[in-house]
Amino acid sequence: MSVDPAVVRRIAHLARIAVEDKEVERLNGEINAILAFVEALGSVDIAGVEPIASVLPMQMKKRADVVDDGGIVDDILANAPAREENYFVVPKVVE
Amino acid sequence: MSDLTHLSLAEARDALKSKKVSALELTRAHIDAMEAARALNCFITETPELALQQAGQSDAKIASGEAGPLEGLPLGIKDLYCTKGVRTTAASRILGDFTPTYESTVSGHLLRDGAVSLGKLNLDEFAMGSSNETSAFGPVISPWRRSGDPSAKIVPGGSSGGSSAAVAARLCLGATATDTGGSIRQPAAFTGTVGMKPTYGRCSRWGIVAFASSLDQAGPITRTVRDSAIMLRSMAGHDPRDTTSVDAPVPDYEKALGASLKGRRIGVPKEYRLDGLSSEILALWDQGVAWLKDAGAEIIEISLPHTKYALPTYYIIAPAEASSNLARYDGVRYGIRETGRDIAGMYEKTRAKGFGPEVRRRIMIGTYVLSAGYYDAYYVRAQKVRSLIKHDFDAVFAAGVDAVLTPATPSPAFAQGEQGATDPVEMYLNDVFTVTVNMAGLPGVSVPGGLAANGLPLGLQLIGRPFDEETLFTLAGAIEQAAPKIDYPQAWWRGV
Repeated sequence: MSVDPAVVRRIAHLARIAVEDKEVERLNGEINAILAFVEALGSVDIAGVEPIASVLPMQMKKRADVVDDGGIVDDILANAPAREENYFVVPKVVE
Repeated sequence: MSDLTHLSLAEARDALKSKKVSALELTRAHIDAMEAARALNCFITETPELALQQAGQSDAKIASGEAGPLEGLPLGIKDLYCTKGVRTTAASRILGDFTPTYESTVSGHLLRDGAVSLGKLNLDEFAMGSSNETSAFGPVISPWRRSGDPSAKIVPGGSSGGSSAAVAARLCLGATATDTGGSIRQPAAFTGTVGMKPTYGRCSRWGIVAFASSLDQAGPITRTVRDSAIMLRSMAGHDPRDTTSVDAPVPDYEKALGASLKGRRIGVPKEYRLDGLSSEILALWDQGVAWLKDAGAEIIEISLPHTKYALPTYYIIAPAEASSNLARYDGVRYGIRETGRDIAGMYEKTRAKGFGPEVRRRIMIGTYVLSAGYYDAYYVRAQKVRSLIKHDFDAVFAAGVDAVLTPATPSPAFAQGEQGATDPVEMYLNDVFTVTVNMAGLPGVSVPGGLAANGLPLGLQLIGRPFDEETLFTLAGAIEQAAPKIDYPQAWWRGV
């Protein structure tokens, strides 16, 4: 399988990364080189093999259902590029 | 004492304990070394004032008999570990001046045990790279030089290139690192240092900037095997905030050093004899086999039939996980923000400006293999092949093999710009011997084996059973004893 410039633009949009026209051709080549490299997996017999879920047999740990953290609004907002009072500020989403 | 930076971490610990030297003296010597080595670009952020303050506290604790296991020992921290009140960048522009309000569990363990932090070490952006050339803060230059070629800027490996170069240049006694496909072991091999990637789950990932969560693991880079054992004991341990961290006691790894190799069974996998592998690497490998045999181990040829699929599997799984993990960098909660026409435009411009080319490429690959219509063909298939890679190791260990010996890298270090300029896959092949270990979640260590004909170091890799880091320390210690002693480079970088 390989990608073409239209697919590259679609992936970039899904990944929320702006790409300029002049970058598309280069990315197309690079992505196809990587896809050609991973093509080797097509020849592996995977019949009856389960996809890996965890490298170690372990039970998912569950913590007690109690509040043990919180009240740290200033910590959470400390690195925000834009804030107002106790909120992150983003461009208008709803017209 | 003449030059305090020439002590190993263990020697420095003992000198502090016997009060032959103070933590302040030791720390000042390392700050001087760090500041004189800016030409190597090992550190993104230096924290000398903090280090001196910590050293003063350490001296007080040593005086009052309350010293921790790492009391007063100056270390470097890979800038992928969040450090409270100290800027953390992941070597990316996208994090801007992000200053965590919390400490990663592993760096917190080091501070708990009394370590002094000199600052934050350079790396490949988001730990994606094998040469430290993808850092937004510029490449790290290895202290090593090719014989007869002093102008070539040798890479220290990656992604933990700041860690490996700083340790080899004696700027710190040891450094933290992380390993997703070889990022501890390959830079260690390139710089004549010891790099230990413990079993997945041995160290907490909490507070370490995530790359590929099912593969990432923290570990130390040091100049000796003993130093590695000392650091790992502090770094490891259960953390309720990481659900994959294992609730099991942490052994005193130093006690594993010097144990007998009699009866230990070492597997040598035939699939690692790649076509075209250099005679120099093959000779190093044979030498490693001979050293372990002479020390009493039994050598067995083994087969790991899915080895050749590990790297292609990695280049599906790691980008897939990265594309998901790095979705959080969107210009809202932290880091830089670019303005756009609307919120989607803001995301797209912020991420285009903030991520470097390698990171953008991997996010796009990951997005593609997870997208509708391709998920089964790429991602699910890769997860099945990953099961087969792990089964290969399970079978070998079930047959009684205690550890596996391989070369750490297919070549010695190269110079800046020599690899991956036209084809990204060329750079990826650096991890061909290390990436299987992450796929199977196993512990692996790279230990120096000697020098290549061009004067650069070469490393051997040992792979162990899950949570049997002790056997790796025993075996790595035996190789260290048998191998020619590494003479780290003289400080040519002073005054450059």
